[in-house]
Amino acid sequence: MSDEQVKIEVDGREIDARKGAMLIEATDAAGIYIPRFCYHKHLSVAANCRMCLVEVEKAPKPMPACATPVMDGMKVFTRSQKAIAAQHATMEFLLINHPLDCPICDQGGECELQDLAMGYGGDVSQFTERKRVVRDKNIGPLVQTDMTRCIHCTRCVRFGEEIAGLRELGATGRGEHMEIGTYVAKAMTSELSGNVIDLCPVGALTNKPYRYSARAWELQQREGIAAHDGLGSNLYFHAKGAVVKRVVPRENDAVNEIWLSDRDRYSYLGMNDAARLTRPRVKRDGRWVDCDWNAAFDLMRERLGAIAGEQADAIAALASPSATIEELFLLQKLMRELGSHNIDHRLRQRDFADQAAEPIYPTLPNLADIEQADGVVLLGAYPRHEAPLVNLRLRKAALRGAAVVAVDTLRRDYNYALAGEFAVRPSELVARCAGLVGAVAALKQASVPAPLDKLVAGHAADETTSAAARRLVEASRPLVMTGAGLEQHPCRGVLMQLAKVLADLLGAANGHLAAGANAAGAWLAGAVPHRGPAGRVIDRPGATAGDLLATARRAYVLLGVEPDLDCADGATARATLAAAEFVVALHGFESAALDEVADLQLPIAVLAENEGSFVNLNGAWQSFAAAVRPQGEARPAWKILRMLGNRLELDGFDAVQVADVTRAIDNLAGKVQGGSRATPTLESSAHAFGDGLEVVVEVPMYRVDALVRHAGALQDMPQSGDDDVRLAPATASGLGLADGAAVTVSAGKRSVATRLVVDATVPEGVCLVAGARAALADIAVYGGAVSVARASGEAAA
Amino acid sequence: MSEQTATVLSDHAREVIDAWLAKYPPEQKRSAVLAALSEVQHENQGYLTTALMDAVADYLELPRIAVYEVASFYSMYETEPCGRHCVAVCTNVSCMLRGSDEIVAHIERKLGIKIGESTADGRIFLKPEEECLAACCGAPMMQVDHVYYENLTPERVDEILDGLS
Repeated sequence: MSDEQVKIEVDGREIDARKGAMLIEATDAAGIYIPRFCYHKHLSVAANCRMCLVEVEKAPKPMPACATPVMDGMKVFTRSQKAIAAQHATMEFLLINHPLDCPICDQGGECELQDLAMGYGGDVSQFTERKRVVRDKNIGPLVQTDMTRCIHCTRCVRFGEEIAGLRELGATGRGEHMEIGTYVAKAMTSELSGNVIDLCPVGALTNKPYRYSARAWELQQREGIAAHDGLGSNLYFHAKGAVVKRVVPRENDAVNEIWLSDRDRYSYLGMNDAARLTRPRVKRDGRWVDCDWNAAFDLMRERLGAIAGEQADAIAALASPSATIEELFLLQKLMRELGSHNIDHRLRQRDFADQAAEPIYPTLPNLADIEQADGVVLLGAYPRHEAPLVNLRLRKAALRGAAVVAVDTLRRDYNYALAGEFAVRPSELVARCAGLVGAVAALKQASVPAPLDKLVAGHAADETTSAAARRLVEASRPLVMTGAGLEQHPCRGVLMQLAKVLADLLGAANGHLAAGANAAGAWLAGAVPHRGPAGRVIDRPGATAGDLLATARRAYVLLGVEPDLDCADGATARATLAAAEFVVALHGFESAALDEVADLQLPIAVLAENEGSFVNLNGAWQSFAAAVRPQGEARPAWKILRMLGNRLELDGFDAVQVADVTRAIDNLAGKVQGGSRATPTLESSAHAFGDGLEVVVEVPMYRVDALVRHAGALQDMPQSGDDDVRLAPATASGLGLADGAAVTVSAGKRSVATRLVVDATVPEGVCLVAGARAALADIAVYGGAVSVARASGEAAA
Repeated sequence: MSEQTATVLSDHAREVIDAWLAKYPPEQKRSAVLAALSEVQHENQGYLTTALMDAVADYLELPRIAVYEVASFYSMYETEPCGRHCVAVCTNVSCMLRGSDEIVAHIERKLGIKIGESTADGRIFLKPEEECLAACCGAPMMQVDHVYYENLTPERVDEILDGLS
């Protein structure tokens, strides 16, 4: 695009515009309003609603401002008689078939059509014939349709094609019979589908869970930050009284632009779930009874104080990576003041061999730079599910021609073309990565640094790997991204180091899509056993999450953790915690596993009830205030931890407001950069894979944390996973099993009865299991060995 | 392409589609969608099913909804089962002035169906109101399957329709 400027005159006012820009872009920038329905700054120009007609000097007819490029010296009149007559006529046409049901329409009061009808329409229609009626479609649990109200602007259709990369809606039929819909009855499955609600200028596509529960003018709008991925999308909570009724995006070009993923938009439903924990409760003689806060603090002081006094390192703390930096800071401070470094937030991680080499905190390149990348390696990363809006940027890069190479243990549904895709068994992943590193090193005529050189030399690249490497070395702005697929891998350390070597060889940015809303904040706050706040190295580090969840300590403090669903090996975690003397759980929800393992449960504020800060993977600190009061007697976790520190008579627990805590961390860590991973130190991985099918655990995107798991509408989506296991066609037929067979999956002494789905996206020899699902917790251990057999009593296939 | 696509599209249909694909740049497979749908409809007794449209979409690497849009937009595609011979009588200005209304009325009487319907024996489908087929010089006219018949009279129509198997 040229940066050349032209001068145009609009309504007698001279304004500058970029050459080649459309008229409406120039007037929007100058603050001159032109009405519109189909035009949207983030979508292609359709020019089909005709609402933005304006008069242009020397043009014989009114021109659509969204599709008329600016010309030097152009004179435009947006409110001349000719323009107003054109807008008036357009409005009359649009209203011919639009129902007069504003009083019962959810969009009423925040409707672009309603507003523009007020501003530009007439009060009487000349149309006396019957209005057309379009049958509503059921397009899933998130978006409600009232298609009679549709004015065919096609914003939703263009969004699907251009932004979401999954075209589900279309305009079928023509003329009077044109309808927006899916044609065949089907639900929208895009992870970004909720955005069509914001885009729809009328009440045709509205928010299904929110439907009929409030009016726009009854709602209080409060700023907030999304709590499910490392991006921290900016959003508004809309609350009626003390209840959050819906969530809408808040524009921030550096983070979420104007979009919001469905996970961030609908997770608020969990806040209002019936399973919220609303009172402190204590286990007495094996039964749970409610208690007051004072009694809870007394008990904690007594038990934790006593255990810490006897043996400080017998206390451990585990926290969700989606806790705020204030909470994590206070929790690690509490532990360390008590004399224990046993604190961790890396609940799904299995291999900690590489932890000394980790950067200060995990980072991603700036999103604008991701958009510009021209060669991308996704190593165990599936941004579409892990951070949908990162994927949106990556998709823009791919559409511009970036070569994307995916190395993973599953074939995924990327919504852009790949330059190479490798889906291998977990036990083969190291070899495949080493092969890719070797191929890139050979093309770059560089040597692989010790001590990884032997590993790489031992795994020659095959032809497809070399072909992918050739595409990558051509890139001038390459990017290597690792993600959740590596997080759980038993050879994570060596894989992360191979990724680092690959990035160095390519001269690429190296980003890690760490799980949780605040992984970066957790590292900065010191919620890891080997580093204190701001990355200060601890000489005698505490035990890692893997160790703490495998070998029981005497006491645990859990912050936002459901042991069976949030940990790498849920069943073991549950058994370990059950063996502890005293477990206190700060949690937002009731949980059968916590009922079993905990001795004290304290209700905490979640999402909009909470206050604090998240640090996103770009290193941006985003603070938020509470939008609504916590339910029942729940309290923000930072206050509980502060109070606990006070009761234990520890130093530095006298913050009055959350900002005092934020300032304390900011003084220590505010200026600290993420930095990069240190030089590789590992030769290879010592992990030995067992015999049998290798388990790949995929945590469904709508199961990643307790809040999402309690968001009803999201649990009705396919992205919440199911309790089936999946095998490749060849693997299944090798075992004599057919699709839909009842099977028993066994891992050692544990076994689960479930159903088999034959799935071609699964590599041979792999058993795909959904993570964070209670029914499968016994076998959901990534890289573990299982056998799959027909359930006894079933006939042969 | 899924295994299913391979079985839904006949070898011949794929040959025809490939011939059309060869005429367009490789990244513009969308251009072949009209020809592909015509061929597939022709092989399926004159109408399209969702399975066929899905197969075309998969073969051309298009979103399925994009094919539904095309098939529902153009009047030459039928998306519901219909009679095997497609009779389309032009009722636009030239033909109307030359008596197309009588031709339509005659056909409706003769076959005992209304315009837009198919005969009970599945032999003839009377296409809904057809606009100008660009044969005004021979008005009134109709198109039966892929053949134009001009200067129609009721007798001539009887003869044509009776000749359909």
